[in-house]
Amino acid sequence: MEKIPVLRMGPLLLITIQVDMHDKLALQLQDDVTHRITEHGSTGVLIDISSLEIVDSFIGRMLANIAAMSRVLGADTVVVGMQPAVAITLVELGMSLPGVRTALSVEAGMELLLGTVAEDANGTDNERSEA
Amino acid sequence: MNDLAEILAENTESIRKQWIAEMSKGVERADLISKAELEEQSREILDAIVIGVKTSGPTNTGAAGWDAARELLRQISASRARQGFSTIEVATFVLSLKQPVFNQIRTAFKSDQDRTFTAIWAATELLDRLALITTESFMTTREELISRQQQELLELSTPVVKLWDGILALPIIGTLDSSRTQVVMESLLQTVVATNSKYAIIDITGVPTVDTLVAQHLLKTITAARLMGAECIISGVRPQIAQTIVHLGINLEDVTTKAKLSDAFALALDRSGRKVVNKSAAPASSLANLVTKRER
Repeated sequence: MEKIPVLRMGPLLLITIQVDMHDKLALQLQDDVTHRITEHGSTGVLIDISSLEIVDSFIGRMLANIAAMSRVLGADTVVVGMQPAVAITLVELGMSLPGVRTALSVEAGMELLLGTVAEDANGTDNERSEA
Repeated sequence: MNDLAEILAENTESIRKQWIAEMSKGVERADLISKAELEEQSREILDAIVIGVKTSGPTNTGAAGWDAARELLRQISASRARQGFSTIEVATFVLSLKQPVFNQIRTAFKSDQDRTFTAIWAATELLDRLALITTESFMTTREELISRQQQELLELSTPVVKLWDGILALPIIGTLDSSRTQVVMESLLQTVVATNSKYAIIDITGVPTVDTLVAQHLLKTITAARLMGAECIISGVRPQIAQTIVHLGINLEDVTTKAKLSDAFALALDRSGRKVVNKSAAPASSLANLVTKRER
């Protein structure tokens, strides 16, 4: 049976969705992610959906659910690489995924999660110097 | 019925001459079409009409015998639509054929009123039909022209410009309706992906009014951009629009809004960790000192 791989990268978990999601696969992924977070004590989850071209409300809710579950377990979730068509579909479905953080690329998402984003550092520096 | 076919076939050349004369009286547009071209067209059409009347009869303009004539009229009216003729001028082109044909019928039958009447009636019916075909294809061409221009306008009016590495601007001009929002949203999101931009400034200086529907469209676009990992800033909110937004109770609290595009650009630069500095720092600071001194 096909399965979506959950890769461990240091303190992060990297999930790349490259197949068409069906409901069973989505539920299995939720199960896997929660288990891996507790197992490794991960602090961040990166979900790359750049190859995902079709979404429905179930997949949208699944993304929101994974984010919420990870937060309960103490890990931040970033969804990266959403295609324009997918974004438009989700908005038209009325799913704005309010609790989910997003980034343009895996790289940007990783920076966001590791908290080493240059702009953030600069931003706080600026604020300090102004104060 | 065959009377008409005979008259047309026998007197084609004199009918054509009278027709040209008739057209030159009323609707000839020497500025739009040359005399030679007009003569060529009238010859072709008359020949096609003669063939049509002979093979399929004058009333049955939908039949196969009329294919050539119909196609020819379509082509001519389509080209006239593009050249800038008015509807009346195009319709009169065919209708001015009536008098020459009637004249020929009168000379042919002289005192035989019955035959004259039958032939004239057949000719009227035929020419009216042909005129309707011409007008219809003229309108079709016009409509195609209009819809193509609309499409072009739609594409032209939604340019996405790159202001800086990772910062896009989308100046919206004109009212935002559903179809336009779709185009705006798609082109913005495509460009976000293509240029890997984290910030997008939506400038609504050129939007005349913002009602709940426009605001909803804007929010949709912003949400879609956020889902992809880009952040939107709305700029160009005019005082009038700010008042309307508050009076309508539109919730824009989750969205960053700025009065001017420059403010939004400065914010985007700041958020992406950039800073605009004056090249000659010393004069700038002395100027600042001057200002503070004056204030004191």
